[in-house]
Amino acid sequence: MRVKFTHNQNKLTLPETCGSGETPEPAIGIMKKIYLDHAATTPVDKKVLKAMLPYFSRVFGNAMSLHSFGQEAVKATEKARRQTADFFGCDSDEIVFTSGATEANNLAVKGVVKAYCNAWTSDVQERAKTPGGHRMSPLTKPHIITTIFEHHCVLDACKSLEKEKVAEVTYIKPGSDGVIKIEDVEKAIRKNTILVSIMYVNNEIGTVQPIAAIGKMIKARNAKHSMFHVPRLTTLFHTDATQAVNYFECDVDKLGVDLLSMSAHKIYGPKGIGILYIKKNTPIARVQDGGDQENKKRAGTHNVPGIVGLGAALAEVQSEKLKVYPVKSSRSEDAKGVFNRVKELRNYLIKRVLKEIPDTKLNGSKTKRSPNNANFSFANVEGESLLLMLDAEGIAASTGSACSSGSLQPSHVLLSLGIKPEQAHGSLRVTIGKYITKKEIDIFINKLKEIIEQLRKVAGNVLNDYYAK
Amino acid sequence: MYSKKVIEHFTHPHNQGAIDNPDGVGIVGNPVCGDLMKIYLKIKKDKKRGEYIQDVKFETLGCASAIATSSMITDLAKGKTLTEAKKISREDVADALEGLPPIKMHCSNLAVDGLREAIEDYEKKK
Repeated sequence: MRVKFTHNQNKLTLPETCGSGETPEPAIGIMKKIYLDHAATTPVDKKVLKAMLPYFSRVFGNAMSLHSFGQEAVKATEKARRQTADFFGCDSDEIVFTSGATEANNLAVKGVVKAYCNAWTSDVQERAKTPGGHRMSPLTKPHIITTIFEHHCVLDACKSLEKEKVAEVTYIKPGSDGVIKIEDVEKAIRKNTILVSIMYVNNEIGTVQPIAAIGKMIKARNAKHSMFHVPRLTTLFHTDATQAVNYFECDVDKLGVDLLSMSAHKIYGPKGIGILYIKKNTPIARVQDGGDQENKKRAGTHNVPGIVGLGAALAEVQSEKLKVYPVKSSRSEDAKGVFNRVKELRNYLIKRVLKEIPDTKLNGSKTKRSPNNANFSFANVEGESLLLMLDAEGIAASTGSACSSGSLQPSHVLLSLGIKPEQAHGSLRVTIGKYITKKEIDIFINKLKEIIEQLRKVAGNVLNDYYAK
Repeated sequence: MYSKKVIEHFTHPHNQGAIDNPDGVGIVGNPVCGDLMKIYLKIKKDKKRGEYIQDVKFETLGCASAIATSSMITDLAKGKTLTEAKKISREDVADALEGLPPIKMHCSNLAVDGLREAIEDYEKKK
């Protein structure tokens, strides 16, 4: 393979040029880029962009201002809030706009713990007023359950609470198929468990977690304990649904969640905007102080164009019927059509790669995974080299999460499946989107074959020689 | 992220491959960090200069900078006497590659280590 850097000449395929399924042939000498990293981010849809544009300079008011400029802005944010609430099957006032899923996840984890600690403090003060009341039991440290393969924003939020000694955390391991077992979650619940946080779809391997079943189990446990008046805290359930919104059931009642996070840029919306769904009466304290925005749950001036974009992107997902209902679908065949198109393309990709490239493994369950995700381990290949070689050919994929690309450690997600570090280093995440064509997949696979052959040649027998040493 | 020179050596590595019946071999790195490198040496004796590296080749499983530094160390070491070759530092390799990202500096360390181990292997066998 002869690689030449021609990035500045490259043309990026924009959705409008490939929405029809037919992409124009690039001019000779110009390499058309292929984007296979939709789990990292997606391009903003034309319709979404159009909806956002008036809210940058024409309708620029602060949504908290009382004058007409502010009222125009608030009209837009409230419309988006309704669109969002419709999508998740909740009330408008249960939606809190944040700067993205990272902030939403931090608010969920830290906010629940903070509310618990605040309630205890006021309880102590209250009791201290009555004779003998100050001799109440000391604060029970709250307990959180999460998974070992969460996104770093949830993991690190939990770790920082552990470090500050304000919470205990249990990290549940998935099975080798990348799926969390409900029994493992149930076994981990203690008297002081105030929060269970489990991602809906894993961002690296795309495996789908049984959120609705876990939600049901938690609800049943909460109900049982309150019925028998067992002194026990209510366990709240949070899911990071960032990678699930495009393709999976997101009705909060059906999922049985108290808290749900997502961000717009994974669903063909803008970056810098996301939500935390907070079920009514859920004890949560804000972690960002300032103004009274978002029912005093998240301070900071509203990102009006972003909020409008998020609402439009969700409406688009709904109207395009990209969603699929895993159990029984009352939706038209159309709904399954888009889901299946992406899935069929991805299955074709997996089948060809496993068949045509020797010593290749698919990471994570073959069936319980998001329709747009494929994650491979290639023996005797290092992921970053593979990624850069592909990039030089105008193909964008990823080794794992884009957020961890600054780290040299092998992926914590792959290691959690029991994969050896050298296999984890040789991984490639391919995430397709709704505009990807079969032709693009074919170009990718053909290049991938060449590059892997080349990199394996460069590596020679060094791995075996190392172990023989 | 990477300099042009790094990409050049990564995509078109010099002296890549194995040497049959090498005089010295060095294997460094570990699979946990993701980079493994094997350096092969062919040593020749010269009356005037003493022992020098007649040929050097490498096999590397690793990131772009691991491959680029392997390629660069073979360029730097080829033709040098053993005394000269031992003096090549990780900074020399990084400088010749027009710099490396700070997080990747350990990789150039690896190439230097590989060369030194291969020379030691030769000297032990003598």
